[in-house]
Amino acid sequence: MLTLEKRPQPSKFWTYMTPLVAVIVTMIAGGMLFAALGKNPFTAIGTIFWEPLFGEFSFYYRPQLLVKGGPLILIAIGLSLGFRAGIWNIGAEGQYIIGAICGAAVGLAFYPAESWIIFPLMVIAGALGGLLWAMIPALLKVRFGTNEILVSLMLVYVAEQLLASMSLGLLKNPEGFGFPGSRNFQQYASGHNAELITGSGMHWGVVAAFIAVIFAYILLNRHILGFHIRLTGQAPRAARFAGVNPKLLVVFCLGASGALAGLAGLFEVSGPSGQISIDFNSGYGFTAIIVAFLGRLHPVGILLAGLLMALTYIGGEIAQSNLGLPAAAIQVFQGMLLFFLLAIDMLTNYRIKLTNRRVA
Amino acid sequence: MKLTKLLTSAAPAFALALGLATSAMAQDKTKVGFIYVGPVGDGGWTFEHDKGRLEVEAHFGDKVETVYQESVPEGADAERAITQMALQGADLIFTTSFGYMEPTLSVAGKFPNVKFEHATGYKTSDNVSVYSARFYEGRAIQGHIAGSMTKSNVIGYIASFPIPEVIRGINSAYIHAKKVNPDVEFKVVWAFTWFDPAKEADAATALIEQGADVILQHTDSKAPQAAAEKAGGVITFGQASDMSEYAPLPRVSSIIDHWGPYYIARTQAVMDGTWSSVNTWDGIGAGMVGIGEISDAVPADVKASALALKAAIASGEYHPFTGPLNKQDGSAWLADGEVADDGTLAGMGFYVEGITGDIPN
Repeated sequence: MLTLEKRPQPSKFWTYMTPLVAVIVTMIAGGMLFAALGKNPFTAIGTIFWEPLFGEFSFYYRPQLLVKGGPLILIAIGLSLGFRAGIWNIGAEGQYIIGAICGAAVGLAFYPAESWIIFPLMVIAGALGGLLWAMIPALLKVRFGTNEILVSLMLVYVAEQLLASMSLGLLKNPEGFGFPGSRNFQQYASGHNAELITGSGMHWGVVAAFIAVIFAYILLNRHILGFHIRLTGQAPRAARFAGVNPKLLVVFCLGASGALAGLAGLFEVSGPSGQISIDFNSGYGFTAIIVAFLGRLHPVGILLAGLLMALTYIGGEIAQSNLGLPAAAIQVFQGMLLFFLLAIDMLTNYRIKLTNRRVA
Repeated sequence: MKLTKLLTSAAPAFALALGLATSAMAQDKTKVGFIYVGPVGDGGWTFEHDKGRLEVEAHFGDKVETVYQESVPEGADAERAITQMALQGADLIFTTSFGYMEPTLSVAGKFPNVKFEHATGYKTSDNVSVYSARFYEGRAIQGHIAGSMTKSNVIGYIASFPIPEVIRGINSAYIHAKKVNPDVEFKVVWAFTWFDPAKEADAATALIEQGADVILQHTDSKAPQAAAEKAGGVITFGQASDMSEYAPLPRVSSIIDHWGPYYIARTQAVMDGTWSSVNTWDGIGAGMVGIGEISDAVPADVKASALALKAAIASGEYHPFTGPLNKQDGSAWLADGEVADDGTLAGMGFYVEGITGDIPN
């Protein structure tokens, strides 16, 4: 009979192996799903994972991996800080939206003036917007002990309503034939987050994501604050004895993740997306939660996980148009990834043991 | 043994995946791509575009290959989806929602040899055509039936976005409802979505609670039909697609988008090398707008007059926007007998006299 036995120490081996095994199991289960839909599973999986990287048109898809992965990494890095300390910011999507609105509003306020200072101001406004939105659950938790999971999640829906109102009212393009949506930043040089090298996919948001990875690594490994974060997550009582101020930590973790999500929103609205519109947010804030866990809450892991997630998005789109796979099948495929990750993650803390039935 | 078998079958599969893209370039088939805003099973807008795609396949058989991508968000993802189709060797790409306008133009600039067709937009270029249907002609017939059949004199209208196309529809329906029933009143709800069954059902229920016994919709799902059926005593019209499963009641007729003939003609033009950038706006006469069967729930005299109206519009004898007509603020728009020009209609941003409420802005 199979039983689970708790390991005295989390297994180092499985900590690193879990994501790999999860990806492989997802490929197998996904392949079965695609086969059930009447597609050749090898072609489908091959299209998703191979085509964007080494296919004929990889010159276009590789940069797109950065465009799609950049915001995921940026948000996930912020989330991972809190997750490590047991502070659960589930509302990054809302902070992403508010960052985009604040940043875009600053840019549009200057329209049509041209100056180098406009874009940096937008960046600051975007980060501040996300930060302030995250401060709502942070301060409510610190002051009244509310649950930050619920508050931050509910604020996503508030942010979505604000976004709709902005695209229909205050930020609507006056020359847009009445269609909701703001002016397009791609046609406003001073506010445009353009590619730094044409065709490379590198825009300021991707640069910011890489910088965030480096800073998070240093913070967690070399800084006392990073030590406090890790300690609080592993042993809250010990942390208090070590002089950690839990309230300050809540404010820092939520604030940092909010600011990074806000930045991601700003870079997206001023770059690839180009405008504030009713359905501007496309779920980056939620997908980043998967990315954070897939990356083991480790900065380098998150970098790789973000790129892998971007790969499934772009490969999934190719599979849709090349093989006629339905969009929903690709979403199921992505969902499986987190599902199997969490399931296999059990092996980090438990080991499977064969026991004799008669032994009570 | 098993493993080696697995591996040997995997290797050609990977090679196949690689070869797929290269073979697309070399073949002599005409490749036609479609970008959809909703799922192909939405039963309305996207469903009808996909029917058009299937008509292209049926018409040309082996000479064409069609590809599509569904539920493509309007924005950065749309640009990638369109680029991808162009890269994969599509010769002609139809982008079927207003929000794809900027992405379509941007991709078209990078692929001068690929032809693009953008539905319901207004910006063209050397390799970008725009096409749309004169849905307002169908709205005139809906308004006529609605005005004739309403007992509460309150007609509910589920509008999507405050763009000229939608405003035109409201005006056209109102003008023709008012013609047969001077006491009629329109209540307009703005849903700000093309497809959201839950929101559309809420809007329909709210309108019915406010006394509406006719629901017109400019959104694509069948949820309003279901809500009307549940409420009872309410009539509706199919939108974009016939929605005949709700006939004879609540659905008494419908506007059907019929894209097939246009898609076939444009594909033929690409094959013949005669494709050029055009601005197409066809209606009932050309067959792009169809009127679904008027059900038996409609009194015979109303049905006869509705069909007469349809015939008059189709032949060009009657234009739904014929003066005398004033704007909502009372200012004169069209003199007696004057017909609205296409330019004004294309950019219509005002209600006609008699409609209450404001267009959101």
